[in-house]
Amino acid sequence: MTLSTRGPTRRRVLQTGMAGIIGSGIAPMIFTKGAWAQEFCNNPTGDTVTFGLNLPLTGTYAEEGADEQKAYELAIAHLNGEGDGGLLNVLQPSALKGNGILGKKVAFVSSDSQTKSDVARAGATRMIERDGAIMITGGSSSGEAIAVQGLCQEMGVIFMAGLTHSNDTTGKDKRRYGFRHFFNAYQSGIGLAPVLGQEYGSDRVAYHLTADYTWGWTQEESMKNATEALGWQTAAAVRTPLGATDYSQYLTPILNSGADVLILNHYGLDMVNSLTQAVQFGMRDRQANGKDFQIVTPLISELMAKGAGESVKGIFGTSNWHWNLQDAGSQAFTKSFGAAYGSPPSQAAHTAYVQALLYADAVERAGTFYPPEVIKALEGHEFDGMGNGPTIYRAEDHQCIKKVLVVQGNESPTSEFDVLNVVQEIDRDTVTYDPAIFGGDLGPAEPVPMCA
Amino acid sequence: MFDVIFLQFLNGLDKGAAYALIALGLTLVFGTLGVVNFAHGALFMLGAFCAVTVRMLLTMETVTIDPEQLSPWGSPLEIREPLVQAWLGDFGAVLVNYSVPLSILITIPIMLLVGIALERGIIKHFYKRPHAEQILVTFGLAIVAQEVIKSVFGPNPIPQPMPTDLRGAADIGAFLGMQANIITYPIWRLIYFVFAAVVIGGVFAFLQFTTFGMVVRAGMADRETVGLLGINIDRRFTIMFGLAAVVAGMAGVMYTPLLPPNYHLGMDFLVLSFVVVVVGGMGSLPGAVAAGFLLGILQSFASMNQVKAIVPGIDQIIIYLVAVIILLVRPRGLFGRRGVMEA
Amino acid sequence: MTNLMSRNDLLLFAGFTLVVLTMPIWLAPFGAGYPDLLQRFMIFGIFAVGFNILFGLTGYLSFGHAAFFGVGSYAAVWSFKLLTLDAIPAILFAVIISGLFALVIGYLCLRRSGIYFSILTLAFAQMSYNLAYSVLTPITNGETGLQLTLNDPRSLDAVLGQSVAGQPVPNLLGQPLSGYAGFYFCAGFLILAFFLAQRIAGSPFGMMLKAIKSNQTRMQFTGFNTRPYALSAFVISGMYAGLAGALLAVTDPLAGAERMQWTASGEVVLMTILGGVGTLIGPVIGAWLIKYFENILSALNDQILARFWSFLPDGAADTMVAITGKFVGDGWFLTLGLVFVIVVIFLPGGIMEGVRRIAGMFRRRSGSSPATRTQPAE
Repeated sequence: MTLSTRGPTRRRVLQTGMAGIIGSGIAPMIFTKGAWAQEFCNNPTGDTVTFGLNLPLTGTYAEEGADEQKAYELAIAHLNGEGDGGLLNVLQPSALKGNGILGKKVAFVSSDSQTKSDVARAGATRMIERDGAIMITGGSSSGEAIAVQGLCQEMGVIFMAGLTHSNDTTGKDKRRYGFRHFFNAYQSGIGLAPVLGQEYGSDRVAYHLTADYTWGWTQEESMKNATEALGWQTAAAVRTPLGATDYSQYLTPILNSGADVLILNHYGLDMVNSLTQAVQFGMRDRQANGKDFQIVTPLISELMAKGAGESVKGIFGTSNWHWNLQDAGSQAFTKSFGAAYGSPPSQAAHTAYVQALLYADAVERAGTFYPPEVIKALEGHEFDGMGNGPTIYRAEDHQCIKKVLVVQGNESPTSEFDVLNVVQEIDRDTVTYDPAIFGGDLGPAEPVPMCA
Repeated sequence: MFDVIFLQFLNGLDKGAAYALIALGLTLVFGTLGVVNFAHGALFMLGAFCAVTVRMLLTMETVTIDPEQLSPWGSPLEIREPLVQAWLGDFGAVLVNYSVPLSILITIPIMLLVGIALERGIIKHFYKRPHAEQILVTFGLAIVAQEVIKSVFGPNPIPQPMPTDLRGAADIGAFLGMQANIITYPIWRLIYFVFAAVVIGGVFAFLQFTTFGMVVRAGMADRETVGLLGINIDRRFTIMFGLAAVVAGMAGVMYTPLLPPNYHLGMDFLVLSFVVVVVGGMGSLPGAVAAGFLLGILQSFASMNQVKAIVPGIDQIIIYLVAVIILLVRPRGLFGRRGVMEA
Repeated sequence: MTNLMSRNDLLLFAGFTLVVLTMPIWLAPFGAGYPDLLQRFMIFGIFAVGFNILFGLTGYLSFGHAAFFGVGSYAAVWSFKLLTLDAIPAILFAVIISGLFALVIGYLCLRRSGIYFSILTLAFAQMSYNLAYSVLTPITNGETGLQLTLNDPRSLDAVLGQSVAGQPVPNLLGQPLSGYAGFYFCAGFLILAFFLAQRIAGSPFGMMLKAIKSNQTRMQFTGFNTRPYALSAFVISGMYAGLAGALLAVTDPLAGAERMQWTASGEVVLMTILGGVGTLIGPVIGAWLIKYFENILSALNDQILARFWSFLPDGAADTMVAITGKFVGDGWFLTLGLVFVIVVIFLPGGIMEGVRRIAGMFRRRSGSSPATRTQPAE
């Protein structure tokens, strides 16, 4: 099935696209994946188009995965014109019509990635080969995102990353077929450092505990650079295995290390465990160098804050988005999600939802599912109304540039979801950076690879 | 430097206590019944979920939905009324606060029943079968147990707060007459250590000083002869399995405030506890305890930055490395007997 | 021992080859006729056949075979990165490296037997896993996994003047190996692996291994040094695992540390036991069943179940959906655990023993020779 014609011209694509629309509903979708039947991977020939949702439903980031799933189901309902339409009403500019994508109903298949790169990749392969997914989306770890976007480049399928915060995703490991809406560690550093300087002064000694994989490393580096620019010193940076449960042996050396700030470069359950245990070790009641000992969690979400409970009060971090933002987009999404599931959405849910809409919008604007055209439609696309203010999908590295939130654990929550306060919205210009600093190579969009 | 080493030593004792406690139950089963129980981790996990269940029952709420008011995310406001406090007032609040230690009282009978049912229902039929099959059937049971828990409680960990009075850290340095605030250690971890020591001591005393224990020990040494003396050793062995389940369950309960339990908790501990048991020598109770503390302390020290600077990554492999070295130098672990589990 | 294969062996081999090569056809109605899963059937088949050479023949239960599988994957990906995108050098390289790795670990572990051997292999595998995950990141790329990139050196390809456009993918003499091409490539190796295993089991060497299993001490008393035989079996079995790991990297050029974790080692044990230890075909069937369950059961969701039970009245259908829903989707592991417990309790010889018993019943009924219960494999 691999001896396919390579690199169809734009004309031919448009022709087949038209033919596909005219002749839709004839061939059943599955098991007709002969090379002759399509010009690119999983060209939808029926009256539905399938998204592949790659979600960590078990493992360290399981809570985020479950929330992403809800968001995708909501987004797909909205795209198909069901429900209250959610963010379809506020996206500016929008080509979405609420009748599916290019007139085809959106369906989905999903796979549990177990928060493991290997499994995520196997799941994505399965959804592309067996279920005919036109686009893969989701994931809650940068390891997964990087592994899966490499696969998608190989298969010629667009990957709309879910929650991934590593600089590498749109840096050294960026891919032409991969797109990220979420912000990154570098932007967290730029956004968070001034607030830390203001709150904790400029002569602090930081001690990092870092999840030992791509995201942890880049966040550690970004936080180190940003805080050292403030005048802070770094006492030590210690790597802990992803998915560790007992952090006690990493916490005791901090107590008398001379550090007065602990920076936890952890996420998900790792963060819940390390933060809770750090507080149990009395870190927040301590004095060091004549100052109150502080803990900082550079990337935090309301799910984790909820998990950590009491421990998170007053702690600073950054978020991509938060449900109690007051703009129309955020409100619309929170209402829509709250009505469907009885709880406000997390930042993982938000980014997942927005990614699904942005893909659909790009396809509508391109007028075809042919990936290189969709990629062109996404690259350099400016939009607004999705809760983060004016946003651009940068063509150079496929990174969304938009506002970043500095948040703080709520001292007196009014409900179990009201755990974070937005302290500051860092505007887009401040967190813009030169894509060249992280290197990497997007690779070509054409010729389009053919999946089996 | 002294304070760092002392703290890591404390930490090692604490970890070691956890390892020793879980390895103790494993060894009890192996030593008495001769069964390699891969479901032991699952028993630990079940104990932890006894605590979860107790807390869930204690924190039951009545939910009234007020359609007039809306929550900030647009769904009707839910007004929650905790039941136990409503019935019992302040005493109810105390119950909720102390739910973790209290659940031990309920865990003991439950785990005893679970253990006895498991032994009578399945394990009993595997006494004469090869060890490989014992490993496999108990491994299968462990999978079933964890999946059942997953489908009831979901895949995410459920935090179990420790009683408010026992949060935070105790200043051990000041207690020992040193400068304040140098050596502090979380109170709950100290409690866990004492608890483990008491349970381990209790098990040893039970085997050493009671008639029941004496018979069991005799049965461990020579089952047939004890049987010929007209003593029903099978029944006693069943009770021993139940006892091992209780020990594992209690260890699980007390561990929940340190680590929010999820369905996978048992598997995380399983491999480790087997390494501990084998390093100690299969079937040796003192071996299991000694190996538990040894590995816990070594793991703590290997995580020190000064050590890692010399041997990078040592904190990740120290337990396995020590296990390999001990097994290669001492063929049957620290206190193992000849001919046990070698075929 | 004759050099020719016995008629039964030949039949078995021919039948096996036929079944494997026609898989895309007869598996399609079961929803498994897509290349990725078929490739996995082949790859884990090889892994299980290899594992059985050690566990089935000598009785040494290794809990660390995933390490060799992972080493094979890493070696293959490095060959793609440094030498050439062609699959053959990568596979050779992977088999050699994993063989050497198995030689070292086997030499140490085989000094002990029984559970001490198992724990030693487990310890080595966990060390490999933890190191691959942390300090060996320059070699393994840690959690993300080792991937191919456009700017890899690929010195051999560079010498031959071959360049790639787009994402580099492994090939065979210039033909890409994705999809069904990849399946047939792996199928060829599975058939070869099966053939070799068949020859090994029937050879004097195989007899020696079986003798180790039945009574090692007696063998030693008669003056045989058993360790070289056990070590050879260990290395061969490690090379099989390396081959399987390399093939996984060929069909999907990413090597992640998870495939070295103890759960991966446990999985191959489950496959072998489920199918039938000590039989040739059993482990392969076990591997296929587990991979099938993993991919098919885990993909079933409530909608599909609702359609399946739709013939029942509404209330009953909903109850059935709720009940069966616990056993599929992300609950498929529960099904696996239950099946596994039942197999171990009632059919210690695995599925192959079940097949033999049924065959025995038929034979008895037709009045021919009474079925002899085959030695249960342990």
